[in-house]
Amino acid sequence: MNGIKDRVAIIGMGCTKFGERWDASAADLMIEAAYEAFDDAQLDPKDIQAAWLGTVSSFRTGQPLAEALKLDYIPITRVENACATATDAFRNACYAVAAGIYDIALAVGVEKLKDSGFSGLAIPESPGADVNPPTPPPAQFAMAATRYFHQYGIPYEDGKRTLAQIAQKNHHNGSLNPRAHFQREISVDQVVDAPMIAWPLGLFDCCGVSDGGAAAIITTPEIAKSFRQDYILVKGLGLSVGAFGMIRDDWDFTHFPESVHASQSAYQEAGISDPLQDIDLAMVHDCFTITELIIYEDLGFSSRGNASRDVEQGTFSLEGDLPVNTDGGLKCFGHPIGASGIRMIYEVYKQLQGKAERRQLQKADIGLTHNLGGRPGSFTCSVGIFGRA
Amino acid sequence: MVGISSYGTYIPKFRLGKETLGWNSNYERSVANFDEDSVTMGVAAARVCLKGHDTYDIDGLIFATTTSPYVEKQCSAIIATALDLRRDILTSDLTDGLRAGTNALRAAMDSVTAGSAKKILVVVSDNRQGPPRGEIERNSGDGSVAILISNEPTVAQLIGTHSISDNLIDNWRSTGDVFVRSWEDRFATEEGLERITGEALDGFWNKFSLKPEDISKVALSAPDARKHTRLSQLLGFEKSQIEDHLFGEMGNTGAAFPLMLLCQSLEDSIKHQKCLLIAYGDGCDIISFETRAPANTADEQIDSLKKHLKSKNILTNYEIFARWRDIWQQDDAARRPSPNSPSVTAMWREEEKNLRFHGVQCEHCQYIQYPPQQVCVNCRSRGKGTPVPLSRRTGSVFTYSMDYIAGTTDTPLVIAVVDFDGGGRVLCMLTDREIDEVKIGMPVEMSFRKLRVVNGIHNYYWKAIPQRFETT
Repeated sequence: MNGIKDRVAIIGMGCTKFGERWDASAADLMIEAAYEAFDDAQLDPKDIQAAWLGTVSSFRTGQPLAEALKLDYIPITRVENACATATDAFRNACYAVAAGIYDIALAVGVEKLKDSGFSGLAIPESPGADVNPPTPPPAQFAMAATRYFHQYGIPYEDGKRTLAQIAQKNHHNGSLNPRAHFQREISVDQVVDAPMIAWPLGLFDCCGVSDGGAAAIITTPEIAKSFRQDYILVKGLGLSVGAFGMIRDDWDFTHFPESVHASQSAYQEAGISDPLQDIDLAMVHDCFTITELIIYEDLGFSSRGNASRDVEQGTFSLEGDLPVNTDGGLKCFGHPIGASGIRMIYEVYKQLQGKAERRQLQKADIGLTHNLGGRPGSFTCSVGIFGRA
Repeated sequence: MVGISSYGTYIPKFRLGKETLGWNSNYERSVANFDEDSVTMGVAAARVCLKGHDTYDIDGLIFATTTSPYVEKQCSAIIATALDLRRDILTSDLTDGLRAGTNALRAAMDSVTAGSAKKILVVVSDNRQGPPRGEIERNSGDGSVAILISNEPTVAQLIGTHSISDNLIDNWRSTGDVFVRSWEDRFATEEGLERITGEALDGFWNKFSLKPEDISKVALSAPDARKHTRLSQLLGFEKSQIEDHLFGEMGNTGAAFPLMLLCQSLEDSIKHQKCLLIAYGDGCDIISFETRAPANTADEQIDSLKKHLKSKNILTNYEIFARWRDIWQQDDAARRPSPNSPSVTAMWREEEKNLRFHGVQCEHCQYIQYPPQQVCVNCRSRGKGTPVPLSRRTGSVFTYSMDYIAGTTDTPLVIAVVDFDGGGRVLCMLTDREIDEVKIGMPVEMSFRKLRVVNGIHNYYWKAIPQRFETT
């Protein structure tokens, strides 16, 4: 196995403003993101040879991308892999370029969630016996919080404060980012006192439901040089799909094995031995505050049971040892499901190029993205690692 | 010989009572939770009745109710499946009258006497609804009873039955009616209840050469406490002979009511007592039993009717009841997408898992898993595995959350991961719970409940409930 390290490069990226984009259709969002990427790469859309469209519920096929961008007669595939959708569209494009099938490929992720009239996620399900309990995502992840507090003997009030610090950090970062869904800082007390959504998670423990799109143009490092000097290299891609669901009665609910497997395989590919030392920034799947807390441990940033302490010490803030969700994360930047993975790559790409404006980190050589699709017990997790040429 | 070889009653956990805001009565009555109906309560009583009994030799099940969730579709088939009974049995629904319970008992005993069956389970359950805040609502209760009729009656033996039919209309509910209707009270009482019951009882005395003083306990149906007292006097019984009517605690549970009172007699019975069961409605059924062995006293039996009466939560306000009963319409401000019809095909395919609640045990590594897996989650060997019935297993809460936005009737919705004693894990809803009592490690048991009605399909499944009775 050769792996993906240094075999493909990103030469252009785009990301729309996320949020309640009443003004924009899913097609509008794809055009906005893709044309920013074309401009960024200074590339003519005619040079795209193949494309992958990631979306969970906005489109069923790849064709709407062809219609929106007029990408006549090139192969386009729609990818759907829950919250890991966009990263997986990106991953497929990378592999096709690395395999030498295409020179230049486009990956677009998009989601239009705010046309349903419903504030939560409204994703249609296949017909079935319909006996599974109604478990909106907050209820699913809240069960991990309940168990995490229990396992580590964390009093409810302390646990809530730790989680609130994560939300507060991500809102702070997002407030520095004009493209983020939410533009305001929030206080720890506000988070703790917010209305309950799924106990123990309150309103501000949950990420936003947003519209948005993001796009990436992938090519070989050789071709990349002809476009720009500050292209970004893919160093590793991991994808791990869980198989045991709720069935195993020895699973502890306080770690997500899919995150461990996906990150380990990406670390191996990228040659990362000490993630806390080797990685300069990480965009992780903070669909809920508890998810980000557990991710710190699953990705090896914190040792088991000690993520709370590291949060307290500010390890993951913009000024910390390993800034996490510098763009605001799902919590503040928003979560149009099929777009989020490429949005994360967009922030890493900008940080590595030194173009992250007010959020710019001093040291940004190696960045990580992490998506977690599905529910505790049966996740689809993708991890990407990126570095400069 | 024919009679009763086991019995069980079920009274839901909730009550309207004097602490209930807007109920305006000192009387308590039992109230089915929002996810209970006559079918689920019937299953609950049957599980009490069949506890410790083999079910393989049950040859039939009759379900009697006036509140069948279906007008066309057999509910006894649902109940028999949830109870994991054999397939080659006769199931039958007997509906539409307040004598449905005693009618079912007679039908079952006639079959056993005729020799076409050895054991038949009679399940009677009702949750009638009168007009809001009216007399019928005030005096009604929700509850169920199951009686195992057998040719080896270890509990009580049949003495005899007497019935009369009468077409007088006093209470009725037509197709499409939400509430039970009633005619003028004094007419219904004097020309209906009192005259007809008296006539039936006279017939019974003559037929079996018995007189009131031969009877130890009388389970007597009546619409309210006052009429019950007056009727028992008119019929010539002493106060001590009359089984406690439970008005003020449970209320009249419709077709199940007289049979539940009989079970109360059986709980307290000693050997060779004669019990009388009197059910009124479109005529009158009289059935008499003689007890054969002292039953477990109510204090000994962990899930007796008396224990059910004591295990209760009084609703804080009438509005909760009205919402549960669907007589209080709510605006769905959340604009939640309407649910699709459950797939009947998938329901059929998953019946072992969903209604019989079977997990499987891997033939190679013995790992217990729910839902049943073709490829073992532990050793990855492929095989059908051995079915493991889980519905009677106890377990404990491994973790949980309480969802305030899931759009269910009982906010917050408690979702729990339950680990069964002896292995196996299930993600399920927790019902009949008090928010303050929910915690990791809490002992739970499974209860058959209705999830929702979509496309006219009543979708039943199992939920966890906090263990209701001490097992020690």
